[in-house]
Amino acid sequence: MMMKWRGWALATGALAISAMAQAAPPSAAMLSNACAGCHGTNGGSAGPTMPSLAGQSKEAIEIALKKFKSGERPSSIMGRLAKGYSDADITAMSVFFSKQKLHATNQPLDKARIAKGASLQEANCGRCHLEDGKEGKDDTPAMASQWLPYMQMQMADYLSGKRKMPQEMKEKVDPMSKEDLEALLHFYASVK
Amino acid sequence: MTLDRRSFLKLIGAGAGAAGLPLIGRAAELMPKSGKRVVVIGGGYGGTIAAKYIRMADKSIEVVMIERNDHFVSCPFSNLYIGGILKDLNPLTIKYDKLAANHGVKVVQAEVTAIDAAAKVVTTSKGTVSYDRLIVSPGIDFRLDEIKGYDTAAMEAMPHAWKAGPQTVLLRKQLEAMKDGGTVVITVPLAPYRCPPGPYERACMVAHYLKQSKPKSKVVMLDANPDITSKGGLFKKGWKDNYASIIDYRPAKKVTEVDAKAMAVMIEGIEEVKGDVINIIPPQRAGQIAVAAGLVGDDKNWCPVNPTTFESTKQAGIHVIGDACVAGAMPKSGYSANSEAKICATNVVALLNGKETTELSGINTCYSYITDKDAVSVAGVYAVKEGKIIAVPNSGGVSPADFSATKIEAIYAESWLKNILTEMST
Repeated sequence: MMMKWRGWALATGALAISAMAQAAPPSAAMLSNACAGCHGTNGGSAGPTMPSLAGQSKEAIEIALKKFKSGERPSSIMGRLAKGYSDADITAMSVFFSKQKLHATNQPLDKARIAKGASLQEANCGRCHLEDGKEGKDDTPAMASQWLPYMQMQMADYLSGKRKMPQEMKEKVDPMSKEDLEALLHFYASVK
Repeated sequence: MTLDRRSFLKLIGAGAGAAGLPLIGRAAELMPKSGKRVVVIGGGYGGTIAAKYIRMADKSIEVVMIERNDHFVSCPFSNLYIGGILKDLNPLTIKYDKLAANHGVKVVQAEVTAIDAAAKVVTTSKGTVSYDRLIVSPGIDFRLDEIKGYDTAAMEAMPHAWKAGPQTVLLRKQLEAMKDGGTVVITVPLAPYRCPPGPYERACMVAHYLKQSKPKSKVVMLDANPDITSKGGLFKKGWKDNYASIIDYRPAKKVTEVDAKAMAVMIEGIEEVKGDVINIIPPQRAGQIAVAAGLVGDDKNWCPVNPTTFESTKQAGIHVIGDACVAGAMPKSGYSANSEAKICATNVVALLNGKETTELSGINTCYSYITDKDAVSVAGVYAVKEGKIIAVPNSGGVSPADFSATKIEAIYAESWLKNILTEMST
């Protein structure tokens, strides 16, 4: 009896249809796990030019993805991918990654630059990049332990005008030398 | 019992690829099962991730991953080794010790010789392993009967290098040994095959090497397909800009026979092409164990699956992921296998716990190198619509046609490799 039913079900594809009918819409984990091939398991990146998403705030990821989707933020591949998701999907993924623990990286950094960057951060950036960059005000991304090559590429996009700086950031960045900015990035990358 | 035994013997008969193993009768049970257990066959882009993500989701499920080798060499980026950009295969090689240490995946190094779907038992060269659900991620094997003369000996003379490892090294050595002014022939099978852009990236990497080291040499590409099967416009531009005098691309040329002694290939009995180095990328199908276990569909090559759970539509309780399965719009790529493995793992855990399954959301990202410093990419987001895996409309696509982003794509590609291999091995 059992065999007969299975044979019929296979022949008509009824097994496939019944399994699909029960499936829930993609969950936050289902959506977010797909990103991990490039951003690391739970958003902790091992690739120096791809940012860790783990521990970023919901707002920071949400705004970034929406700007990738609209094209306002320049990208190579992220714009093409972000267009595949609804605003609700984007919110779900943002919440997922915001709940992951900040990903500590070990990367070669310059000690003198870290020290210089620490004082620059305190004097210039601390109002938005809170807690030495471990947190961010509103949609300001967490910088702590982020990959230096990724941050350098983003800073280059800011300086060339490809990526638009928030007004408050521009006022601080404009008077700084390239060496100052480099020191700041070394500092952020060093924070654990 | 008789039925069981007969189907078992049938599987053995079909599994001729596993010759040389003691296959008489059923081996002893390798590891007795107590609680819920998932067995994963294959430790590549799909299998490692399926094993890890099941353990991440539910530590009460025992996961046994069976793989014939003690390490895995990535096909993605192996063309860079063939082109001399990577000096060895170490950056492409992973081991499994951290999957075991960090996630408690039980890794068994053995050859799977049979699957008994009714009894839910896998037979390996070391003994049998029973399961509650089985995930098969065997990659591809070759349809050697479709290229006359392409036997094991011919494979040494004319490497395929389509499974990364010794064959990749062999092809590189042959290129290094070739005289300047020689001809490298690369043959491409009809789609579908593993890694749609792979053959064309290989042409770029071989040409990159020849341009630098043997500039009087040529690449003749014999493609069974009517045109380039992936990133066509990008490869054509890349060839024109960099290798116009090196790469001779000939579409609709299906190689049906080889003569390893004469170093020649025959196109459908009408045209012969000779080469100093010949790289045969043969027609493909799901890995042999999937064929032997009756998981392939009407085409006898690939495994049809449920688009939510990746459960085989041919055998209940067995899931197929990666290159071996038919995943609708998702291409046969490493990243697709990674994505499919997570979808499958999520739903295997749900099924074992009697919970509701979750609909698929998948991604593919894939980089191809044009030169040592330039790469192009294709990306896609996938969902299920009316029972089929589709690319989400108005998303995905290829990198800019004007090559304005090729330098940055090459930089991102390196991190792609680092991340995906780290995900598989930690």
